[in-house]
Amino acid sequence: MSVVGHQPPPFFKRGPAPLARLAFFVILSLVLLVLDLKYRYLELARQGVATVLYPLQRAAYTPVDLYEQLGGYFSSLAAVQRENVELRRKELESAKWMLRQQHLELENQRLRQLLDMKARQPVTSTLADILHAARDPFSRRVIVDKGSQHGIVAGQAVVDEAGVLGQVTRVYPLQSEVTLVTDKNQAVPVQVVRNGLRTVLFGASDGQLELRFLAANADIQPGDQLVTSGLDGVYLAGLPVAKVLRVDRDAAYTFARIVCEPAAGVEKHGQVLILGLREALQRQVEETEARDRPVKPKRSRRRDG
Amino acid sequence: MNIQPTHSSRRILLPVRQWFILFSLAVAFFLNLIPVGSAVGLPDWVALVLAFWSVREPLRLGMGTAFVVGLMMDVASGSVMGQHPLAYLLLSYAAGGLSRRILWFPLVQQALHILPLLLATQLVMVVTRVVGGADFPGWSYFLGSFSGALFWFPLTFVLLLPQYQPVEKDENRPI
Repeated sequence: MSVVGHQPPPFFKRGPAPLARLAFFVILSLVLLVLDLKYRYLELARQGVATVLYPLQRAAYTPVDLYEQLGGYFSSLAAVQRENVELRRKELESAKWMLRQQHLELENQRLRQLLDMKARQPVTSTLADILHAARDPFSRRVIVDKGSQHGIVAGQAVVDEAGVLGQVTRVYPLQSEVTLVTDKNQAVPVQVVRNGLRTVLFGASDGQLELRFLAANADIQPGDQLVTSGLDGVYLAGLPVAKVLRVDRDAAYTFARIVCEPAAGVEKHGQVLILGLREALQRQVEETEARDRPVKPKRSRRRDG
Repeated sequence: MNIQPTHSSRRILLPVRQWFILFSLAVAFFLNLIPVGSAVGLPDWVALVLAFWSVREPLRLGMGTAFVVGLMMDVASGSVMGQHPLAYLLLSYAAGGLSRRILWFPLVQQALHILPLLLATQLVMVVTRVVGGADFPGWSYFLGSFSGALFWFPLTFVLLLPQYQPVEKDENRPI
């Protein structure tokens, strides 16, 4: 307030000093970072904003769509015919396996009934198209065109025709985000086909996979097939995941460095199957324990990507 | 002699309109949304346009705008909430603080000023994510800043287009 009782003219008012504003907003974004990274509290807000942005995102996809259509138009007839011949050959080749599979499945069912075992869960699946890779360069994720409106929930496994592709980690109403197996924070419990060795497969950089924490003398060799072990309750057992590329055994380190190559076309775009959620593996409850206290339903254990 | 510090041309610019600033930010956001797949070296359009308006009109473009646009980028790109706002805020603050200096230079040297700002923006994002446990995306990630600095020249002309007024030869006018 000045001496003569006049307010300063309004064009000198600029609010708080820039540094104060900067400090305020920086603290706000740091709080957001911690809330999201550590506690994952912001999923609801993210869903809301994502829903509003969805039309814009679809619109932004049109240039790419047009480009692809143009490319498809100019792809020659010969290439398509060649592909057709190849597909026919493959179909014939796989036909004998398919026929045999039906027979085997029936036999398996009969045997299981005979043994009075719990039948394997029937697998439900949803076909989805990979729209594009997520823009975030720090993780390996793709966006598929099925979301919570189509019954997708976070945690479902995603496979393509060759093997495991990844896991649904975030679901929007009409899209969902799939973290690929090559992401650094994505782990898949696997089993070596040759000897049944169980371990966990992690993503590594440049689109490869890595078996960490296996002893330097572990029985594993280049060319070994890795399939899901099914112990996690997420992936069905026996889905191919990767092939061991090379094994570096260095006496200086406790663990061998084992680099694997994904079986699925992880970096390619196309159609994928989103498998239905498995029921969580129920832990065996001891009968005495069960009598003592009421059994609470176990929640399904899920890993976040 | 070049008295007008804003541009090498001697034209006097019309005042900027607020809606055009927001419109250009929206267009940049849309450009960022286009899924380019594995193509590297494309600039972050939003960062570039934010830097442009922070240099040109530091009083018109607040840090609140940078924050909100950053949040939208976070959701659209599926990254961690707070990563883009933090980087854009620092960019907007630094560009606004340097604007008096930058505008004295011709466009090529302006671009040389912008390059470290864009690099610092990307560095903030890398540090945020790597501390958060993500993978380092490789050095090619930083190519986006260099291409962004290259785009400074065409961007200046495009974004200043609505502010140009027709050149009229008036011998009696003093300026």
